[in-house]
Amino acid sequence: MKTNEEKNVQLEDKRESVTFGSDRNKDFSKEPMCLSGRGVTRVFHTGKTTTVAVDHVDFDFHKGELISIVGESGSGKTTLSKMLLGLLEPTEGEIFFKDKPRDISSGAKKKEYWQGIQAIFQDPFSSYNVFHKIDSVLLDCINMRGGKNLPKEKKYEMMAEACSFVNLKFAELTNKYPFELSGGQMQRLMIARIFLLKPDILLADEPTSMIDACSRATILDMLLNLRNETGMTVIFITHDIGLAYYISDSVYIMEHGKFVESGKPDEVMLHPKAAYTKRLISDVPKIHEPWDLSTVEFH
Amino acid sequence: MKHTLKNVFHSPRFLVGFIIFMTILLTVLIYPYFVQRDPLQGLGKGFLSPGTYVSVYDTNNAGTYRVELPEANDNRLEASVPVKDRQTMLDYLTAMGADVSGLDTSNENFHALLEAWNANYDEADAKKNKYDGFATQAKRNELRRLNNRLTSDVTAAMSVTKGEGEAATVASVATSDYVKVSEVANSISLPLGTDNFGRDTLTELVKATGISLLVGLIAGSIATLLGLLVGLLAGYVGGIVDDILMFIANIFTVIPGFVLLILIYSALGAESRGITTCAVIIGITSWVWTARSVRSQVISLRNRDHVNLSKLSGHSLFRIVTTDILPYIMSYVVMAFILQVSSGILAEAQLSMLGLGPNPNELPTLGLMMNWAKLFGAYTSSNAWWAYFPVILVIALISFSLNLMNTGLDQVFNPTLRD
Repeated sequence: MKTNEEKNVQLEDKRESVTFGSDRNKDFSKEPMCLSGRGVTRVFHTGKTTTVAVDHVDFDFHKGELISIVGESGSGKTTLSKMLLGLLEPTEGEIFFKDKPRDISSGAKKKEYWQGIQAIFQDPFSSYNVFHKIDSVLLDCINMRGGKNLPKEKKYEMMAEACSFVNLKFAELTNKYPFELSGGQMQRLMIARIFLLKPDILLADEPTSMIDACSRATILDMLLNLRNETGMTVIFITHDIGLAYYISDSVYIMEHGKFVESGKPDEVMLHPKAAYTKRLISDVPKIHEPWDLSTVEFH
Repeated sequence: MKHTLKNVFHSPRFLVGFIIFMTILLTVLIYPYFVQRDPLQGLGKGFLSPGTYVSVYDTNNAGTYRVELPEANDNRLEASVPVKDRQTMLDYLTAMGADVSGLDTSNENFHALLEAWNANYDEADAKKNKYDGFATQAKRNELRRLNNRLTSDVTAAMSVTKGEGEAATVASVATSDYVKVSEVANSISLPLGTDNFGRDTLTELVKATGISLLVGLIAGSIATLLGLLVGLLAGYVGGIVDDILMFIANIFTVIPGFVLLILIYSALGAESRGITTCAVIIGITSWVWTARSVRSQVISLRNRDHVNLSKLSGHSLFRIVTTDILPYIMSYVVMAFILQVSSGILAEAQLSMLGLGPNPNELPTLGLMMNWAKLFGAYTSSNAWWAYFPVILVIALISFSLNLMNTGLDQVFNPTLRD
């Protein structure tokens, strides 16, 4: 019987032959800072109970980096992502955008900030306004990037380009409503939206969790392509540590609103230090070995 | 949209409610084209029971149609002139030397006797000549009175003439004939009789239904719009705005709405209470529950991904509320509106019933009609069911149909209620 350490060494050897979307050995710490936070905290008050959803977290996200934030449900991932997006104000701490303290105090400043950061949400079915056609979703993006006065043909061309980037045919989509598409198609359309917006940072909040396994690979592939093409920073929020391992440049493990561990995926996954990380890793089913359920905690 | 409409009309409850409501609405709209009477015009005195009425004066004096019954006079005389009087007539004619062969006091020969009398009797002659048996003044006076009786009724006999001033008789109607009611001058059909003022209840009811629907519509629109505005703002903006708006809403909830309504109403005075005032006051006292339910719906929508995405796209608050939130709660708002209209109509009826309704001298409303029926004892002393029962029925039908439509819509929009 091999020990876990030995298994991991074996894995590390195999890993060399796998192709990844990112240059795993690239040192992103030399890249300019895109988004960072110091002591970011969010507290919710409901009646007499106080919940600390995010508890004094520090992070540094660099340009072009693909960061995964991994944690189970209720660990504060979504609250953190909302604070990053500026939809929620932190109770304490400060967020820096491009090395400057982020200022979203007014509507105009918020609008400016959102030129730089965009999101893809978990549930493609609830991400669209069901009363709007697909054209208007994409046209909105062009208008937001200052293309309001472009000729119609140019707008059409841009929309078609964005759709072909995600393997959709724009001609088939015009005059359709989002709910007429499949979940995978909707999420691809979301990526097309990001393609048109070209933000500095993309926050993907579990974009594949509501999608079947086959479409999931396609979506991930498109996200990586998008990152490679535009050089945007991608913050990938997921509960699937296996997924995070394969695609990220750096991983943050979140438990009870705190980052318990962070670093390069190889360090974190293959030599986990925190007990929580070890548990998360053991919770991932493995195809070629019996699944060790002894470490799974039942809550 | 088309699909939704189709679904809505496939709901049997909605359909039944819709048909009832539309029937009432169409009646209100079309009826005035057929009956152009002023709903507040008095036609008679007090409660007239349902039926068809003929104006006695107009029948005789209006130039349109007059009915003459040529034999009627003779027939009446035949019945009213006793044998004793006939014998007197016969005696006088014999005394003055007229030809009386073939005349007697029997009914068969009464017409002949009457003709002979008309031909021979002369008042001046009767005064002057003291014939045998008629020598005394008393006897002669009796003759004059008899003649008066025999001739005075002739002037009241009717003749069917056409057009004013045209004296020509165009048709005669035999005594035994039936005359079409519509051919008699100034006849009115009162299917629901009249109220205490002698106003046609049906015409009044139709007008009152229209006015009450209008009151309900204005009150419902104001309540829904106000509730929607407050609910959207409180729900979407949240924070201090929510606190302030909900504080106001709570105050309105704590104060009993109906008491407030009565206070505002009596403070205004009867003269300044028009239909619109009435509707506005009902509207601004009943927006609270719409605001509350809209607020809770908006709060659940506020954190949806599509709203977040719309925010990230830099859309303004107004645009997010109108395009990303309002369409999602529109079905709910339509339902709330229907209920508000229904409760607006009921509120007006309640207020008017208490004598606090709109100015009663201008227009009738369903509540005012109930109030009049109550004041003038339609359901106590007069037992005039037609003055209040149709009103109750119409109020119940409007309320019933609107609620039925609402339940039908609920069934369509809320899949958990589908059978």
